[in-house]
Amino acid sequence: MSSIKTFIADFGWPRIIIALFLLSLFVAAPIVGVDLGASIGDVLNRFGQNAIMVLALVPMVQSGCGLNFGLPIGILAGLLGSTITMQLGLTGLTGLLVAILITIVFGVIFGYLYGKLLNNVKGEEMTIAMYVGFSAVMLFSILWLVLPFNKADLVMGYAGEGLRRSIALEDYWGKLLNNFGQFSIGGTPIPTGLLLFVGLCVFFVYVFMRTRTGTAMTAVGSNPDFARASGVSVERMRTVSTVVSTVLGGIGILAYQQSFGWVQVYDAPLFMAFPAVSALLIGGASVTKASMVNVVLGTFLFQGILTMTPSVINNVLKNELSEVIRIIVTNGMIIYALTRKTKVAK
Amino acid sequence: MRNVKSFVADNIVTLIFLTITIIAIPFSGLSGSYIISNLIDRFARSSFLVFALILPIMAGMGINFAMVLGATAGQIGLIFAVDHNIMGTEGLILATLVGIPLSVGLGWFSGQVLNRARGREMVTGFILGYFMDGIYQFFGLYIMGWLIPIRTAQVMQIDGGGVRNTLALESVRGGLDKIVSLKVGPFSIPVVTFAVIAVLCLFIIWFRRTKLGQDMRAIGQEQGISHAAGINVDRTRILAIVISTVLACIGQIIYLQNLGNMFTYTSQRQAGYYAAAAILVGGATVSKASIKNVFIGVFLVHALYITTPLAGKALFKSAMVGQYMSDFINYGIIASALVLHAWKNKRAADLARAGLRMSAEAQAAAGGVA
Repeated sequence: MSSIKTFIADFGWPRIIIALFLLSLFVAAPIVGVDLGASIGDVLNRFGQNAIMVLALVPMVQSGCGLNFGLPIGILAGLLGSTITMQLGLTGLTGLLVAILITIVFGVIFGYLYGKLLNNVKGEEMTIAMYVGFSAVMLFSILWLVLPFNKADLVMGYAGEGLRRSIALEDYWGKLLNNFGQFSIGGTPIPTGLLLFVGLCVFFVYVFMRTRTGTAMTAVGSNPDFARASGVSVERMRTVSTVVSTVLGGIGILAYQQSFGWVQVYDAPLFMAFPAVSALLIGGASVTKASMVNVVLGTFLFQGILTMTPSVINNVLKNELSEVIRIIVTNGMIIYALTRKTKVAK
Repeated sequence: MRNVKSFVADNIVTLIFLTITIIAIPFSGLSGSYIISNLIDRFARSSFLVFALILPIMAGMGINFAMVLGATAGQIGLIFAVDHNIMGTEGLILATLVGIPLSVGLGWFSGQVLNRARGREMVTGFILGYFMDGIYQFFGLYIMGWLIPIRTAQVMQIDGGGVRNTLALESVRGGLDKIVSLKVGPFSIPVVTFAVIAVLCLFIIWFRRTKLGQDMRAIGQEQGISHAAGINVDRTRILAIVISTVLACIGQIIYLQNLGNMFTYTSQRQAGYYAAAAILVGGATVSKASIKNVFIGVFLVHALYITTPLAGKALFKSAMVGQYMSDFINYGIIASALVLHAWKNKRAADLARAGLRMSAEAQAAAGGVA
């Protein structure tokens, strides 16, 4: 009995409620006439779309920078990657690889500057990250209008300048990963390529967190004074973690775009950090500790609820209620994590 | 020279945005009297909201982004006033009477939450605002019109479920501003609104001197010592948030009676973004704020709002640039003010540490025990 109690205390009530809620949605789906096979396919697809952005949060949590509400900065690097590649007219696998390359370049630059900034504002990282992210998105909104993009399917038709709000990826590398080796089991399409790509990224971060640098990063997060005494540069590790996080955020949005089929610019990235943060926390991470299991489990639970709630509730009640549930679950989970006494000493 | 330098360092945020405004004015192509009459109007409309942020800063809780809970309560009050078709000043009084108990409850709740999130009150308060959006939407779209009947067709959604997304407040518009309106040259001045703001200023000056006000300042300095001195830290922090939330509620009602319409589910969020930007640009920091900061901030932030979109539009020859420019300025003010403040704190801490090290080294060199 006591072991169940400690398990519940460790796992946390919100997570148990969310897991049970998702389970009940899956049970209710066939009863209210929702195609379960297609729904599971949707959940898998959305899992793949979002998992890398959730993964991107891990290095910064581990290095003690907290939840990276500045994820939009990485997303902007990814947007630069895809729009520049499209402007160059590269398509297919070449296009995607070049987009990743450009994203990495911008991600490193942005991440470095962003990391330097965060090093100067220790203790207030999360609030500042959020507002720096917001500001960056708005600054780029201006840039999307004035940068010299001129390819006809990228820019707004009537003026011939300024990017469109949504740019179709269909003729470039849309669904490239999704369609790679896709097969169906009993009406459930499995986006093999996308899941493999996610798996590759998760594996990369898993290995990276176990290298010398990764271990030092975790040490900085758990006990900065001890880390400094052992000869680890706290500032440097925090910067490295921010760079990795920013680059991954950019790659994350590339994976999202190719599956979604559209590149969305302007204020689209503004609130993208919140669902990612919430997913990581639902997966069992805290403000100071996060693992690969948290990423995978959390993204699955969170995207599961996001996918299943509308389709189930739509069939029973009105549509907007699922939007309300989304807002309450996303933000309720973040508040829960921020107010929980963390076991690890700060 | 040294004075000039420290003046610049202390007021860097204000000076940066003052410079931007001064540069933007000629580009915007607006006349001086247009800007001034707009500023008077906007000052009356929105300064009350900004005052809501002073007490939590005093109590060391940073910027109370959870003030949107109070603004939400004010909006619920207005929905009731409009729905019961109570006009003008009486409608506003009803809205306030409905809003205050709600905001006390919500303030108490957010105080509890923030007490559990010590050291990260700001980000928690911010998310709490979003969380409340969900609850509020649930209330407005599902509880209203189901458990609480809606009487007026103009309040109801067209399909009959819940409160409309945009609510016309014609019936209570100017319920405060137009009680006494004074014409001075080309400018009209809402006397009663200014009187209310003046009373609020006096309240804050008086409040700072009360026992509770002193306690708040003490815990803003150092929680541990305050606790040892017998101050109930948790309770005082909750009270700071409750008062802030109630002020935000009244502030939002004043704001919306001036505007005359409300985006039922998003207006409250604007209040939070705007008030934080205003108090920070006025020179407040996350640990120090005064009435002066509010006044300077409200004027400056509105001067920015009025001029920069037009200046951006003129400079880049694009209306969309202007629109994004104002959003960028709004977020940018808060980001840069927070960064500069945190950076200044860090520098002060580094200098103090360096000073300590130097004196220790000097002692060691003199043969003392280090």
